[in-house]
Amino acid sequence: MGEAMAADTLWQQFRRRLPRAPMRLVAFCAALPLLLMLAAALYGHDGHAVDLGAVLAAPSLSHPLGCDTLGRDQLARLAEGLRLSLGIGLLVVAISAVVGISIGLVAGWFGSWIDVLLMRTADVVLSFPGILLAIAMAAMLGPGIDKLTLALVAVGWVGYARLTRAQVLSLKNVPYIEAARACGTPLPTIALRHLLPNIAAPLLVEASFGLAAVIIGEAGLSFLGVGVQPPDASLGTMIREGSRLMLVAPTMVLWPGLALFAIVMAVNIFGDALRDALDVKREQR
Amino acid sequence: MLLLRLIALRLLQAIPTLLGVATLVFLLLHLVPGDPVDALLGESAQPADRAALRHAMHLDLPLSDQYLSFLSGLASGDWGQSIVDSRPVLASMLERLPATAKLAATSLLWALIVALPMGYFAARNAGKKGDMAAMGFSLLGVSLPNFWLGPVLMLIFSVQLGWLPVSGIEAPGSMVLPTLTLGTALAAVLSRMARSSWLEAMGMDAIRTARAMGVGERTLWWRHAARLASIPVVTMFALQLGTVLGGAVITETIFDWPGLGSLTIEAIQRRDYPLVQGCVLLIASFYVLANLLADLAGLLLDPRQRHG
Repeated sequence: MGEAMAADTLWQQFRRRLPRAPMRLVAFCAALPLLLMLAAALYGHDGHAVDLGAVLAAPSLSHPLGCDTLGRDQLARLAEGLRLSLGIGLLVVAISAVVGISIGLVAGWFGSWIDVLLMRTADVVLSFPGILLAIAMAAMLGPGIDKLTLALVAVGWVGYARLTRAQVLSLKNVPYIEAARACGTPLPTIALRHLLPNIAAPLLVEASFGLAAVIIGEAGLSFLGVGVQPPDASLGTMIREGSRLMLVAPTMVLWPGLALFAIVMAVNIFGDALRDALDVKREQR
Repeated sequence: MLLLRLIALRLLQAIPTLLGVATLVFLLLHLVPGDPVDALLGESAQPADRAALRHAMHLDLPLSDQYLSFLSGLASGDWGQSIVDSRPVLASMLERLPATAKLAATSLLWALIVALPMGYFAARNAGKKGDMAAMGFSLLGVSLPNFWLGPVLMLIFSVQLGWLPVSGIEAPGSMVLPTLTLGTALAAVLSRMARSSWLEAMGMDAIRTARAMGVGERTLWWRHAARLASIPVVTMFALQLGTVLGGAVITETIFDWPGLGSLTIEAIQRRDYPLVQGCVLLIASFYVLANLLADLAGLLLDPRQRHG
Protein backbone atom coordinates (compact mmCIF):
# COMPACT_ATOMS: atom_id res chain seq x y z
CA MET A 1 0.00 0.00 0.00
CA GLY A 2 1.02 3.58 -0.53
CA GLU A 3 0.56 4.63 3.08
CA ALA A 4 3.79 3.08 4.25
CA MET A 5 5.72 5.19 1.82
CA ALA A 6 3.79 8.31 2.67
CA ALA A 7 4.28 7.69 6.39
CA ASP A 8 7.97 7.30 5.73
CA THR A 9 8.30 10.64 4.00
CA LEU A 10 6.17 12.28 6.67
CA TRP A 11 8.43 10.82 9.32
CA GLN A 12 11.46 12.11 7.45
CA GLN A 13 9.79 15.49 7.34
CA PHE A 14 9.36 15.39 11.12
CA ARG A 15 12.96 14.42 11.65
CA ARG A 16 14.19 17.16 9.42
CA ARG A 17 11.90 19.95 10.47
CA LEU A 18 10.80 19.44 14.06
CA PRO A 19 12.95 21.89 15.99
CA ARG A 20 15.02 20.52 18.86
CA ALA A 21 14.12 23.05 21.56
CA PRO A 22 10.33 22.44 21.68
CA MET A 23 10.89 18.71 21.55
CA ARG A 24 13.06 18.98 24.67
CA LEU A 25 10.22 20.87 26.34
CA VAL A 26 7.77 18.16 25.28
CA ALA A 27 10.03 15.50 26.76
CA PHE A 28 10.35 17.55 29.95
CA CYS A 29 6.57 17.88 30.31
CA ALA A 30 5.92 14.25 29.45
CA ALA A 31 8.50 13.14 32.02
CA LEU A 32 6.28 13.90 35.04
CA PRO A 33 3.39 11.62 34.10
CA LEU A 34 5.79 8.90 32.96
CA LEU A 35 7.75 9.07 36.21
CA LEU A 36 4.52 8.93 38.23
CA MET A 37 3.39 5.83 36.35
CA LEU A 38 6.80 4.22 36.74
CA ALA A 39 6.88 4.94 40.47
CA ALA A 40 3.38 3.52 40.88
CA ALA A 41 4.42 0.37 39.03
CA LEU A 42 7.45 0.02 41.31
CA TYR A 43 5.36 0.42 44.45
CA GLY A 44 2.75 -1.97 43.11
CA HIS A 45 -0.11 -0.76 45.35
CA ASP A 46 -3.68 -1.45 44.27
CA GLY A 47 -5.55 1.82 43.71
CA HIS A 48 -8.80 0.15 44.71
CA ALA A 49 -7.62 -1.45 47.95
CA VAL A 50 -9.45 0.21 50.85
CA ASP A 51 -7.45 0.58 54.06
CA LEU A 52 -9.48 2.30 56.75
CA GLY A 53 -6.41 2.50 58.95
CA ALA A 54 -4.76 4.82 56.44
CA VAL A 55 -7.62 7.30 55.80
CA LEU A 56 -6.13 10.57 54.55
CA ALA A 57 -2.67 9.38 55.57
CA ALA A 58 0.07 11.94 54.98
CA PRO A 59 2.75 11.17 52.41
CA SER A 60 5.16 8.59 53.77
CA LEU A 61 7.72 6.12 52.51
CA SER A 62 5.13 3.43 51.85
CA HIS A 63 2.56 5.87 50.39
CA PRO A 64 4.61 8.63 48.74
CA LEU A 65 1.55 10.75 47.85
CA GLY A 66 -0.51 9.80 50.89
CA CYS A 67 -3.94 8.18 50.89
CA ASP A 68 -7.49 9.34 50.15
CA THR A 69 -10.66 9.24 52.27
CA LEU A 70 -10.90 5.47 51.94
CA GLY A 71 -7.22 4.91 52.61
CA ARG A 72 -6.49 4.09 48.97
CA ASP A 73 -2.95 4.77 47.82
CA GLN A 74 -2.96 8.06 45.91
CA LEU A 75 0.04 7.27 43.74
CA ALA A 76 -1.59 4.07 42.49
CA ARG A 77 -4.83 5.95 41.82
CA LEU A 78 -2.97 8.71 40.03
CA ALA A 79 -1.28 6.17 37.76
CA GLU A 80 -4.64 4.55 37.06
CA GLY A 81 -6.15 7.95 36.38
CA LEU A 82 -3.35 8.80 33.98
CA ARG A 83 -3.79 5.52 32.13
CA LEU A 84 -7.55 5.96 31.92
CA SER A 85 -7.40 9.61 30.86
CA LEU A 86 -4.75 8.95 28.24
CA GLY A 87 -6.52 5.80 27.06
CA ILE A 88 -9.88 7.53 26.68
CA GLY A 89 -8.15 10.48 25.01
CA LEU A 90 -6.40 8.35 22.41
CA LEU A 91 -9.50 6.23 21.83
CA VAL A 92 -11.73 9.28 21.33
CA VAL A 93 -9.23 10.91 18.98
CA ALA A 94 -8.89 7.70 16.96
CA ILE A 95 -12.63 7.16 16.61
CA SER A 96 -13.34 10.86 15.98
CA ALA A 97 -10.66 10.94 13.29
CA VAL A 98 -11.95 7.83 11.51
CA VAL A 99 -15.58 8.98 11.69
CA GLY A 100 -14.76 12.58 10.82
CA ILE A 101 -12.45 11.74 7.93
CA SER A 102 -15.01 9.33 6.48
CA ILE A 103 -17.78 11.90 6.76
CA GLY A 104 -15.57 14.60 5.26
CA LEU A 105 -14.58 12.30 2.38
CA VAL A 106 -18.17 11.43 1.59
CA ALA A 107 -19.32 15.05 1.84
CA GLY A 108 -16.49 16.42 -0.27
CA TRP A 109 -16.51 13.64 -2.83
CA PHE A 110 -20.21 13.28 -3.52
CA GLY A 111 -21.25 16.89 -2.91
CA SER A 112 -24.91 17.83 -3.51
CA TRP A 113 -27.44 17.12 -0.76
CA ILE A 114 -25.22 14.67 1.13
CA ASP A 115 -22.64 17.41 1.50
CA VAL A 116 -25.27 19.95 2.60
CA LEU A 117 -26.79 17.55 5.13
CA LEU A 118 -23.47 16.48 6.67
CA MET A 119 -22.00 19.96 6.80
CA ARG A 120 -25.13 21.53 8.28
CA THR A 121 -24.98 18.86 10.98
CA ALA A 122 -21.36 19.81 11.59
CA ASP A 123 -22.36 23.48 11.84
CA VAL A 124 -25.00 22.66 14.43
CA VAL A 125 -22.50 20.73 16.55
CA LEU A 126 -20.15 23.71 16.28
CA SER A 127 -22.93 25.97 17.55
CA PHE A 128 -22.40 24.68 21.08
CA PRO A 129 -19.58 26.28 23.02
CA GLY A 130 -16.71 24.02 24.02
CA ILE A 131 -17.71 20.86 25.77
CA LEU A 132 -21.26 21.94 26.64
CA LEU A 133 -22.78 19.52 24.13
CA ALA A 134 -20.61 16.68 25.45
CA ILE A 135 -21.65 17.54 29.01
CA ALA A 136 -25.33 17.48 28.05
CA MET A 137 -24.99 14.26 26.05
CA ALA A 138 -23.03 12.48 28.76
CA ALA A 139 -25.59 13.61 31.33
CA MET A 140 -28.46 12.26 29.25
CA LEU A 141 -26.74 9.01 28.27
CA GLY A 142 -25.91 8.21 31.87
CA PRO A 143 -22.70 6.93 33.44
CA GLY A 144 -20.21 4.65 31.73
CA ILE A 145 -16.93 5.02 29.90
CA ASP A 146 -18.50 3.88 26.62
CA LYS A 147 -21.11 6.65 26.86
CA LEU A 148 -18.48 9.20 27.83
CA THR A 149 -16.50 8.18 24.74
CA LEU A 150 -19.62 8.47 22.59
CA ALA A 151 -20.35 11.97 23.92
CA LEU A 152 -16.80 13.15 23.23
CA VAL A 153 -16.76 11.60 19.75
CA ALA A 154 -20.10 13.24 18.96
CA VAL A 155 -18.39 16.61 19.45
CA GLY A 156 -14.92 15.63 18.26
CA TRP A 157 -15.55 14.40 14.70
CA VAL A 158 -16.44 17.82 13.32
CA GLY A 159 -12.93 19.23 12.99
CA TYR A 160 -11.68 16.25 11.00
CA ALA A 161 -14.75 16.23 8.79
CA ARG A 162 -14.50 19.90 7.84
CA LEU A 163 -10.77 19.67 7.25
CA THR A 164 -11.06 16.53 5.11
CA ARG A 165 -13.94 17.93 3.12
CA ALA A 166 -12.09 21.14 2.32
CA GLN A 167 -9.01 19.23 1.22
CA VAL A 168 -11.00 16.74 -0.85
CA LEU A 169 -12.76 19.60 -2.63
CA SER A 170 -9.44 21.13 -3.59
CA LEU A 171 -7.95 17.79 -4.68
CA LYS A 172 -10.97 16.31 -6.43
CA ASN A 173 -10.19 17.76 -9.83
CA VAL A 174 -6.43 17.46 -9.74
CA PRO A 175 -5.20 15.46 -12.80
CA TYR A 176 -3.83 12.46 -10.90
CA ILE A 177 -7.13 11.98 -9.07
CA GLU A 178 -9.06 12.36 -12.31
CA ALA A 179 -6.74 9.79 -13.86
CA ALA A 180 -7.41 7.36 -11.04
CA ARG A 181 -11.13 7.89 -11.47
CA ALA A 182 -10.89 7.41 -15.21
CA CYS A 183 -9.12 4.09 -14.61
CA GLY A 184 -12.12 2.99 -12.59
CA THR A 185 -10.31 2.89 -9.26
CA PRO A 186 -12.93 2.42 -6.52
CA LEU A 187 -13.41 5.30 -4.08
CA PRO A 188 -11.96 3.57 -0.99
CA THR A 189 -8.74 2.91 -2.89
CA ILE A 190 -8.58 6.47 -4.20
CA ALA A 191 -9.21 7.74 -0.66
CA LEU A 192 -6.57 5.58 1.02
CA ARG A 193 -3.98 5.73 -1.72
CA HIS A 194 -4.25 9.16 -3.22
CA LEU A 195 -6.29 11.47 -1.02
CA LEU A 196 -5.32 10.67 2.56
CA PRO A 197 -1.53 10.68 2.11
CA ASN A 198 -1.87 14.15 0.64
CA ILE A 199 -3.96 15.56 3.45
CA ALA A 200 -2.23 13.74 6.30
CA ALA A 201 -0.27 16.76 7.50
CA PRO A 202 -3.17 19.03 8.52
CA LEU A 203 -5.04 16.03 9.92
CA LEU A 204 -2.10 15.12 12.14
CA VAL A 205 -1.93 18.67 13.46
CA GLU A 206 -5.67 18.62 14.09
CA ALA A 207 -5.34 15.28 15.90
CA SER A 208 -2.56 16.47 18.17
CA PHE A 209 -4.51 19.56 19.27
CA GLY A 210 -7.60 17.37 19.41
CA LEU A 211 -5.87 15.05 21.88
CA ALA A 212 -5.21 17.96 24.25
CA ALA A 213 -8.83 19.11 23.95
CA VAL A 214 -10.22 15.62 24.50
CA ILE A 215 -8.04 14.96 27.55
CA ILE A 216 -9.18 18.25 29.09
CA GLY A 217 -12.75 17.49 28.01
CA GLU A 218 -12.78 14.04 29.59
CA ALA A 219 -11.32 15.41 32.80
CA GLY A 220 -13.85 18.26 32.77
CA LEU A 221 -16.79 15.89 32.33
CA SER A 222 -15.46 13.60 35.04
CA PHE A 223 -14.89 16.65 37.27
CA LEU A 224 -18.54 17.61 36.82
CA GLY A 225 -19.61 14.07 37.68
CA VAL A 226 -20.89 13.05 34.23
CA GLY A 227 -17.77 11.18 33.09
CA VAL A 228 -15.76 8.44 34.73
CA GLN A 229 -17.56 7.23 37.87
CA PRO A 230 -16.10 6.12 41.19
CA PRO A 231 -14.50 3.80 42.16
CA ASP A 232 -12.61 4.19 38.88
CA ALA A 233 -10.08 6.99 38.91
CA SER A 234 -9.54 9.49 36.12
CA LEU A 235 -7.63 12.73 36.51
CA GLY A 236 -10.96 14.58 36.50
CA THR A 237 -12.57 12.51 39.26
CA MET A 238 -9.41 12.89 41.34
CA ILE A 239 -9.48 16.67 41.00
CA ARG A 240 -13.15 16.58 41.92
CA GLU A 241 -12.51 14.53 45.06
CA GLY A 242 -9.43 16.57 45.87
CA SER A 243 -11.14 19.93 45.60
CA ARG A 244 -13.72 18.81 48.14
CA LEU A 245 -10.97 17.91 50.60
CA MET A 246 -8.80 20.91 49.93
CA LEU A 247 -8.79 22.07 53.53
CA VAL A 248 -7.74 18.69 54.88
CA ALA A 249 -5.45 17.31 52.19
CA PRO A 250 -4.39 19.92 49.65
CA THR A 251 -2.01 17.56 47.84
CA MET A 252 -5.01 15.53 46.65
CA VAL A 253 -5.98 18.28 44.22
CA LEU A 254 -2.43 19.34 43.34
CA TRP A 255 -0.99 16.10 41.95
CA PRO A 256 -3.70 15.03 39.50
CA GLY A 257 -3.88 18.62 38.27
CA LEU A 258 -0.13 18.82 37.74
CA ALA A 259 -0.16 15.52 35.87
CA LEU A 260 -3.03 16.65 33.66
CA PHE A 261 -1.38 20.00 33.06
CA ALA A 262 1.91 18.33 32.13
CA ILE A 263 0.26 16.05 29.58
CA VAL A 264 -1.77 18.81 28.00
CA MET A 265 1.23 21.11 27.89
CA ALA A 266 3.34 18.40 26.23
CA VAL A 267 0.66 17.72 23.64
CA ASN A 268 0.10 21.43 22.96
CA ILE A 269 3.79 22.20 22.50
CA PHE A 270 4.11 19.16 20.26
CA GLY A 271 1.12 20.32 18.22
CA ASP A 272 2.57 23.82 17.88
CA ALA A 273 5.91 22.46 16.70
CA LEU A 274 4.20 20.04 14.33
CA ARG A 275 2.09 22.83 12.85
CA ASP A 276 5.11 25.02 12.29
CA ALA A 277 7.12 22.10 10.92
CA LEU A 278 4.48 20.95 8.47
CA ASP A 279 3.52 24.55 7.72
CA VAL A 280 -0.17 24.01 8.32
CA LYS A 281 -2.51 26.96 8.72
CA ARG A 282 -5.14 26.10 11.24
CA GLU A 283 -8.74 27.13 11.14
CA GLN A 284 -9.36 29.34 14.17
CA ARG A 285 -12.29 28.53 16.38
CA MET B 1 -26.24 49.10 0.50
CA LEU B 2 -24.17 45.99 -0.14
CA LEU B 3 -23.25 46.03 3.52
CA LEU B 4 -26.88 46.15 4.63
CA ARG B 5 -27.75 43.27 2.33
CA LEU B 6 -24.86 41.19 3.67
CA ILE B 7 -25.90 41.90 7.25
CA ALA B 8 -29.47 40.89 6.48
CA LEU B 9 -28.19 37.73 4.81
CA ARG B 10 -26.11 36.81 7.87
CA LEU B 11 -29.08 37.40 10.15
CA LEU B 12 -31.21 35.12 7.99
CA GLN B 13 -28.52 32.46 7.94
CA ALA B 14 -28.57 32.35 11.74
CA ILE B 15 -32.17 31.15 11.71
CA PRO B 16 -31.55 27.63 10.34
CA THR B 17 -28.58 27.31 12.69
CA LEU B 18 -30.77 28.14 15.68
CA LEU B 19 -33.38 25.70 14.41
CA GLY B 20 -30.70 23.00 14.15
CA VAL B 21 -29.54 23.75 17.67
CA ALA B 22 -33.12 23.49 18.97
CA THR B 23 -33.55 20.19 17.13
CA LEU B 24 -30.42 18.73 18.64
CA VAL B 25 -31.47 19.89 22.12
CA PHE B 26 -34.88 18.31 21.56
CA LEU B 27 -33.23 15.03 20.56
CA LEU B 28 -31.05 15.13 23.70
CA LEU B 29 -33.99 13.95 25.80
CA HIS B 30 -34.30 10.88 23.62
CA LEU B 31 -30.70 9.92 24.36
CA VAL B 32 -31.78 8.89 27.85
CA PRO B 33 -31.49 5.11 27.67
CA GLY B 34 -34.77 3.29 27.96
CA ASP B 35 -37.64 5.44 29.14
CA PRO B 36 -36.94 8.89 30.67
CA VAL B 37 -39.93 8.36 32.94
CA ASP B 38 -38.32 5.21 34.36
CA ALA B 39 -35.09 7.09 34.83
CA LEU B 40 -36.93 9.77 36.79
CA LEU B 41 -39.43 7.82 38.87
CA GLY B 42 -37.76 4.44 39.14
CA GLU B 43 -39.38 1.26 37.86
CA SER B 44 -41.51 0.75 40.95
CA ALA B 45 -43.53 3.95 40.49
CA GLN B 46 -47.32 3.94 40.38
CA PRO B 47 -48.76 3.65 36.85
CA ALA B 48 -50.86 6.79 37.43
CA ASP B 49 -47.77 8.84 38.38
CA ARG B 50 -45.92 7.55 35.36
CA ALA B 51 -48.78 8.45 33.06
CA ALA B 52 -49.03 11.92 34.60
CA LEU B 53 -45.32 12.61 34.13
CA ARG B 54 -45.38 11.14 30.66
CA HIS B 55 -48.20 13.50 29.80
CA ALA B 56 -46.52 16.51 31.43
CA MET B 57 -43.38 15.88 29.36
CA HIS B 58 -45.47 15.30 26.22
CA LEU B 59 -43.92 11.85 25.96
CA ASP B 60 -47.33 10.34 25.24
CA LEU B 61 -47.39 12.07 21.84
CA PRO B 62 -45.81 10.75 18.65
CA LEU B 63 -42.26 12.01 18.13
CA SER B 64 -43.21 14.46 15.37
CA ASP B 65 -45.91 16.04 17.56
CA GLN B 66 -43.47 16.24 20.47
CA TYR B 67 -41.04 18.05 18.21
CA LEU B 68 -43.63 20.50 16.94
CA SER B 69 -44.95 21.28 20.40
CA PHE B 70 -41.35 21.73 21.61
CA LEU B 71 -40.65 24.23 18.84
CA SER B 72 -43.92 26.12 19.18
CA GLY B 73 -43.35 26.25 22.94
CA LEU B 74 -39.91 27.79 22.40
CA ALA B 75 -41.33 30.37 20.04
CA SER B 76 -44.13 31.36 22.40
CA GLY B 77 -41.87 31.64 25.43
CA ASP B 78 -43.01 28.38 27.06
CA TRP B 79 -39.74 26.53 27.50
CA GLY B 80 -41.32 23.79 29.55
CA GLN B 81 -41.51 23.10 33.26
CA SER B 82 -39.01 21.79 35.73
CA ILE B 83 -39.82 18.22 36.75
CA VAL B 84 -38.40 18.81 40.20
CA ASP B 85 -40.07 22.03 41.37
CA SER B 86 -42.60 22.57 38.55
CA ARG B 87 -41.35 26.11 37.94
CA PRO B 88 -41.24 27.37 34.36
CA VAL B 89 -37.79 26.68 32.96
CA LEU B 90 -37.51 30.14 31.43
CA ALA B 91 -38.16 31.87 34.77
CA SER B 92 -35.51 29.80 36.58
CA MET B 93 -33.00 30.63 33.87
CA LEU B 94 -33.72 34.35 33.74
CA GLU B 95 -33.24 34.51 37.51
CA ARG B 96 -29.72 33.09 37.11
CA LEU B 97 -28.78 35.06 34.02
CA PRO B 98 -27.55 38.29 35.72
CA ALA B 99 -24.89 36.49 37.77
CA THR B 100 -23.52 34.80 34.65
CA ALA B 101 -23.60 38.06 32.70
CA LYS B 102 -21.63 39.75 35.48
CA LEU B 103 -19.01 37.00 35.57
CA ALA B 104 -18.74 36.90 31.79
CA ALA B 105 -18.30 40.67 31.61
CA THR B 106 -15.53 40.82 34.21
CA SER B 107 -13.76 37.81 32.70
CA LEU B 108 -13.80 39.29 29.22
CA LEU B 109 -12.61 42.63 30.58
CA TRP B 110 -9.78 40.88 32.42
CA ALA B 111 -8.88 38.98 29.24
CA LEU B 112 -8.71 42.25 27.26
CA ILE B 113 -6.65 44.06 29.89
CA VAL B 114 -4.09 41.25 29.96
CA ALA B 115 -4.10 40.19 26.32
CA LEU B 116 -3.70 43.45 24.42
CA PRO B 117 -0.58 44.75 26.20
CA MET B 118 0.87 41.25 26.25
CA GLY B 119 0.22 40.68 22.56
CA TYR B 120 1.74 44.06 21.73
CA PHE B 121 4.76 43.41 23.92
CA ALA B 122 5.31 39.98 22.36
CA ALA B 123 4.93 41.29 18.81
CA ARG B 124 7.25 44.21 19.49
CA ASN B 125 9.90 41.82 20.82
CA ALA B 126 9.18 39.06 18.34
CA GLY B 127 11.74 36.25 18.56
CA LYS B 128 13.41 37.72 21.64
CA LYS B 129 13.25 36.67 25.28
CA GLY B 130 10.25 38.89 26.07
CA ASP B 131 8.24 37.26 23.29
CA MET B 132 9.17 33.78 24.51
CA ALA B 133 8.12 34.68 28.04
CA ALA B 134 4.79 36.16 26.97
CA MET B 135 3.97 33.27 24.67
CA GLY B 136 5.11 30.77 27.31
CA PHE B 137 2.66 32.38 29.70
CA SER B 138 -0.02 32.17 27.05
CA LEU B 139 0.68 28.47 26.45
CA LEU B 140 0.41 28.00 30.20
CA GLY B 141 -2.97 29.71 30.16
CA VAL B 142 -4.29 27.51 27.36
CA SER B 143 -3.07 24.32 29.01
CA LEU B 144 -4.32 25.05 32.53
CA PRO B 145 -7.75 23.47 32.84
CA ASN B 146 -10.08 25.86 34.68
CA PHE B 147 -11.39 23.10 36.93
CA TRP B 148 -7.90 22.83 38.32
CA LEU B 149 -6.90 26.51 38.21
CA GLY B 150 -10.03 27.40 40.22
CA PRO B 151 -9.41 25.06 43.16
CA VAL B 152 -5.70 25.95 43.22
CA LEU B 153 -6.41 29.71 43.28
CA MET B 154 -8.94 29.04 46.01
CA LEU B 155 -6.37 27.04 47.93
CA ILE B 156 -3.81 29.82 47.74
CA PHE B 157 -5.84 32.99 48.11
CA SER B 158 -8.81 31.89 50.19
CA VAL B 159 -7.56 29.02 52.29
CA GLN B 160 -3.87 29.78 52.85
CA LEU B 161 -3.78 33.57 52.64
CA GLY B 162 -7.40 34.22 53.57
CA TRP B 163 -7.57 37.26 51.30
CA LEU B 164 -10.65 36.36 49.31
CA PRO B 165 -13.93 34.55 49.96
CA VAL B 166 -14.01 30.85 49.04
CA SER B 167 -17.28 30.94 47.13
CA GLY B 168 -20.63 32.65 46.67
CA ILE B 169 -21.41 36.03 45.18
CA GLU B 170 -22.30 38.32 48.13
CA ALA B 171 -18.98 38.90 49.87
CA PRO B 172 -16.79 41.74 48.55
CA GLY B 173 -13.99 40.41 46.39
CA SER B 174 -15.97 37.31 45.49
CA MET B 175 -15.66 38.31 41.83
CA VAL B 176 -11.89 38.04 41.77
CA LEU B 177 -11.19 34.30 41.75
CA PRO B 178 -13.98 33.27 39.38
CA THR B 179 -12.91 36.06 37.01
CA LEU B 180 -9.27 34.92 37.07
CA THR B 181 -10.32 31.29 36.60
CA LEU B 182 -12.57 31.99 33.65
CA GLY B 183 -10.65 34.86 32.08
CA THR B 184 -7.11 33.48 32.01
CA ALA B 185 -7.64 31.02 29.17
CA LEU B 186 -9.46 33.72 27.20
CA ALA B 187 -6.55 36.09 27.78
CA ALA B 188 -4.10 33.43 26.61
CA VAL B 189 -5.93 32.81 23.34
CA LEU B 190 -6.53 36.50 22.72
CA SER B 191 -2.91 37.50 23.35
CA ARG B 192 -1.64 34.91 20.86
CA MET B 193 -4.12 36.25 18.37
CA ALA B 194 -3.11 39.86 19.03
CA ARG B 195 0.58 39.01 18.64
CA SER B 196 0.21 37.13 15.37
CA SER B 197 -2.18 39.65 13.79
CA TRP B 198 0.03 42.56 14.81
CA LEU B 199 3.06 40.87 13.32
CA GLU B 200 1.17 39.97 10.17
CA ALA B 201 -0.02 43.56 9.80
CA MET B 202 3.50 44.91 10.29
CA GLY B 203 4.67 42.67 7.44
CA MET B 204 2.22 44.13 4.95
CA ASP B 205 3.27 46.17 1.93
CA ALA B 206 1.23 49.14 3.16
CA ILE B 207 3.34 49.30 6.31
CA ARG B 208 6.55 49.01 4.35
CA THR B 209 5.43 51.84 2.12
CA ALA B 210 4.46 54.00 5.10
CA ARG B 211 7.81 53.29 6.72
CA ALA B 212 9.62 54.22 3.52
CA MET B 213 7.70 57.49 3.51
CA GLY B 214 9.14 58.28 6.91
CA VAL B 215 6.27 57.46 9.26
CA GLY B 216 7.62 56.91 12.79
CA GLU B 217 7.68 53.46 14.35
CA ARG B 218 5.22 54.40 17.08
CA THR B 219 2.68 55.71 14.58
CA LEU B 220 3.24 52.64 12.41
CA TRP B 221 2.51 50.26 15.26
CA TRP B 222 -0.39 52.12 16.80
CA ARG B 223 -2.06 53.86 13.88
CA HIS B 224 -1.43 51.81 10.79
CA ALA B 225 -0.83 48.24 11.98
CA ALA B 226 -3.20 48.37 14.94
CA ARG B 227 -6.10 49.12 12.64
CA LEU B 228 -5.30 46.13 10.43
CA ALA B 229 -4.55 43.87 13.35
CA SER B 230 -7.75 44.80 15.16
CA ILE B 231 -9.94 42.92 12.66
CA PRO B 232 -9.07 39.33 13.67
CA VAL B 233 -8.73 40.38 17.30
CA VAL B 234 -12.21 41.93 17.41
CA THR B 235 -13.60 38.86 15.65
CA MET B 236 -11.92 36.56 18.16
CA PHE B 237 -13.20 38.68 21.03
CA ALA B 238 -16.76 38.46 19.71
CA LEU B 239 -16.38 34.67 19.48
CA GLN B 240 -15.22 34.66 23.08
CA LEU B 241 -18.44 36.36 24.14
CA GLY B 242 -19.93 32.94 23.47
CA THR B 243 -17.03 30.74 24.58
CA VAL B 244 -17.07 32.35 28.01
CA LEU B 245 -20.56 30.96 28.64
CA GLY B 246 -19.37 27.41 28.02
CA GLY B 247 -16.47 27.89 30.42
CA ALA B 248 -18.85 29.40 32.96
CA VAL B 249 -20.47 25.99 33.46
CA ILE B 250 -17.35 24.65 35.17
CA THR B 251 -16.19 27.89 36.82
CA GLU B 252 -19.57 28.58 38.39
CA THR B 253 -19.73 25.04 39.72
CA ILE B 254 -16.34 25.43 41.41
CA PHE B 255 -17.18 28.71 43.11
CA ASP B 256 -20.88 28.13 43.81
CA TRP B 257 -21.60 31.11 41.60
CA PRO B 258 -25.39 31.33 41.24
CA GLY B 259 -25.45 31.60 37.45
CA LEU B 260 -26.72 29.74 34.42
CA GLY B 261 -23.74 27.36 34.38
CA SER B 262 -24.21 26.09 37.90
CA LEU B 263 -27.96 25.85 37.22
CA THR B 264 -27.14 23.52 34.31
CA ILE B 265 -25.09 21.24 36.53
CA GLU B 266 -27.69 21.31 39.32
CA ALA B 267 -30.33 20.34 36.76
CA ILE B 268 -28.13 17.49 35.54
CA GLN B 269 -27.61 16.21 39.07
CA ARG B 270 -31.36 16.29 39.77
CA ARG B 271 -32.12 14.74 36.37
CA ASP B 272 -34.35 17.70 35.67
CA TYR B 273 -34.27 17.03 31.94
CA PRO B 274 -36.44 19.95 30.74
CA LEU B 275 -34.28 22.37 32.70
CA VAL B 276 -31.10 20.80 31.29
CA GLN B 277 -32.51 21.22 27.79
CA GLY B 278 -33.47 24.82 28.49
CA CYS B 279 -30.05 25.76 29.87
CA VAL B 280 -28.14 24.08 27.04
CA LEU B 281 -30.40 25.71 24.46
CA LEU B 282 -30.09 29.17 26.01
CA ILE B 283 -26.29 29.00 26.30
CA ALA B 284 -25.97 27.66 22.75
CA SER B 285 -28.27 30.42 21.45
CA PHE B 286 -26.05 33.06 23.03
CA TYR B 287 -23.11 31.32 21.41
CA VAL B 288 -24.76 31.43 17.98
CA LEU B 289 -25.49 35.13 18.49
CA ALA B 290 -21.87 35.76 19.48
CA ASN B 291 -20.70 34.01 16.29
CA LEU B 292 -23.12 36.17 14.33
CA LEU B 293 -21.71 39.26 16.03
CA ALA B 294 -18.20 38.15 15.10
CA ASP B 295 -19.28 37.83 11.47
CA LEU B 296 -20.92 41.24 11.51
CA ALA B 297 -17.90 42.83 13.18
CA GLY B 298 -15.72 41.42 10.41
CA LEU B 299 -18.04 42.85 7.77
CA LEU B 300 -18.11 46.28 9.41
CA LEU B 301 -14.39 46.57 10.10
CA ASP B 302 -12.96 44.93 7.04
CA PRO B 303 -14.17 46.10 3.62
CA ARG B 304 -12.34 43.16 2.03
CA GLN B 305 -14.74 40.70 3.66
CA ARG B 306 -17.67 42.37 1.91
CA HIS B 307 -16.45 41.01 -1.39
CA GLY B 308 -16.07 37.36 -2.22
